[in-house]
Amino acid sequence: MFMVKRVLSKVVAVWVFFYITSFNLYALEMGPDLGKPASKQLIKQWNADVFPDGKGLPKGQGAAVKGKTVYKTYCLSCHGVEGMGDSADELAGAMHSLTDKPPDKTIGSYWPYATTLFDFIRRAMPLNSPGILNADEIYAVTAYLLYLNGIIAVDTQLDANNLAGIDMPNMNGFINIYEKDKNADLSISH
Amino acid sequence: MAQETKVKVVAGGGLVDRRVFLKKGMTFSVAALVSESLLASTDESRLAWMSQPGESFSNYGQPSEHERQTIRWTMANRMAPGNGVSWTPLHDLEGTITPNGLHFERHHNGVPQIDPKQHQLLIHGAVKKPLVFDMGALMRYPMTSVMGFIECGGNSNAGWRDQPIQTKVGYFHGMASCSEWTGVPLRILLNEAKMRGRAKWMIAEGADAAMMNVSIPLEKAMDDCILALYQNGERIRPENGYPLRLITPGWEGVLNVKWLRRLHLTNRPVMARNETSKYTELLPSGKARQFTFVMDAKSLITSPSFGYMLQQAGLYQISGLAWSGRGKIIKVEVSADGGKTWAEAELQTPVLAKCFTRFRIPWQWNGQSASIQSRATDETGYVQPKRQALLAERGKHGVFHYNAIVCWEISKNGEVSHVYG
Repeated sequence: MFMVKRVLSKVVAVWVFFYITSFNLYALEMGPDLGKPASKQLIKQWNADVFPDGKGLPKGQGAAVKGKTVYKTYCLSCHGVEGMGDSADELAGAMHSLTDKPPDKTIGSYWPYATTLFDFIRRAMPLNSPGILNADEIYAVTAYLLYLNGIIAVDTQLDANNLAGIDMPNMNGFINIYEKDKNADLSISH
Repeated sequence: MAQETKVKVVAGGGLVDRRVFLKKGMTFSVAALVSESLLASTDESRLAWMSQPGESFSNYGQPSEHERQTIRWTMANRMAPGNGVSWTPLHDLEGTITPNGLHFERHHNGVPQIDPKQHQLLIHGAVKKPLVFDMGALMRYPMTSVMGFIECGGNSNAGWRDQPIQTKVGYFHGMASCSEWTGVPLRILLNEAKMRGRAKWMIAEGADAAMMNVSIPLEKAMDDCILALYQNGERIRPENGYPLRLITPGWEGVLNVKWLRRLHLTNRPVMARNETSKYTELLPSGKARQFTFVMDAKSLITSPSFGYMLQQAGLYQISGLAWSGRGKIIKVEVSADGGKTWAEAELQTPVLAKCFTRFRIPWQWNGQSASIQSRATDETGYVQPKRQALLAERGKHGVFHYNAIVCWEISKNGEVSHVYG
């Protein structure tokens, strides 16, 4: 009797396996496998992601003094004098804290990672000619913005080794709602 | 022509049984809005367009010249005309589908004019087989369609202001649109790339001048995301991501990356600008909500709404839209007495998950001042909150994810204005 049960369970398992795989075929969950292998060179060329641990940062370096020149040339017309904001966001000089009404959300008061600055400037700024800045200029203008926010000294040279290590004032200011919601009661009480 | 109706009142303020318009032979007083003199003249003579052959065929149809006012309202940065939004005129539309030319836009640096022959999609990172696909290859993959809304996380954000904004509903809530999206289920391509066990997130990047990128949990990518090639049956328009757009049903608009060109599988989010500095909601405590992907249930009455002028007392149809990023809308209640009593509106079928749902209910306006509002409930039991409840939880400075109940006040003379209930 025991053997019969074991054999039966195997039969059921095999049947379930074939049922599921055939169902997937009907749902056309298989593709024609037309992707071409991506070369390491292509990936390197395209991959612009900079992570909070510094992965993805390129070679190069820069400090606030040179960064001020970069800022004046490419950023000032939209972000205002010393990052105070104009047609584009304020970047520095927060007069109010995050609990004030209204709050000031600057790089210094709000941004959790310095690496995000490098990543965003490299991919998107300046809006009228994105991609124009080289790595040294991006490190330099990043340093200038962090200096304006009182986070680093005017002569601190930033590079791939130290940018990720900079403690941003609001680095612990975020709640991961996606993780929190997975098991939570989502409704707002009325 | 006007005829008094005897109808079953189901809630205060003149809300009428939602089936009243379905009854055979029912006439109602709004019919009096049609001019009798105009109808009379048609009996006697042919109008101009009946007295000569009509226009010839057209290669691509356009709206009537009499509907030229139905447009997207655009708003962009004065220094960067490609950085801004355009709004779907929800107040001018009916049903659930947004015409392609009226789908809302949010661009971070303009609309790239992409040559599909030069466009490729790269999948790399935590995969055994990094792959690159050209558009010809993607077009050969099995496709599926999803009817769904896309809503910007910043939609309706005028609701956080102290005073109710007086503007048409589309210019307040029109960063939401609904289409049939058709394309390749993303999991097919991810499976072909053979993901490694450490893959937990996917960073999606567009081929626009902002190289806009965001991190998306792999669970979502493998669940219902599609690489869309078509919108409402035709190839996606440039401003909506041509030739390839990532669709993340029910999740915030920014995750539906347009002009998609790269998917980077990783064990952690990249912490891009658009998931840290932006698209996060600052709370009164000083902490901010991050990775608030799902668009919670929302509803609003589109007719009548701000800018409408009710001409006379009588029977009207209240019509509006409801949607939820968590699934199907199961109920929309409408109140015509400032929230004291509520009646259930008729939902247009089929009701689909993560999709605009049209609701309608008849309403007998007695010519006195009135306040109308709607409240959606989705299949998870989530109920659209009152504004006070939302503000009590989130404060006023979160910017994103405003989904409170919307109230319209009708004055004695029929003017509709926006009020906070």
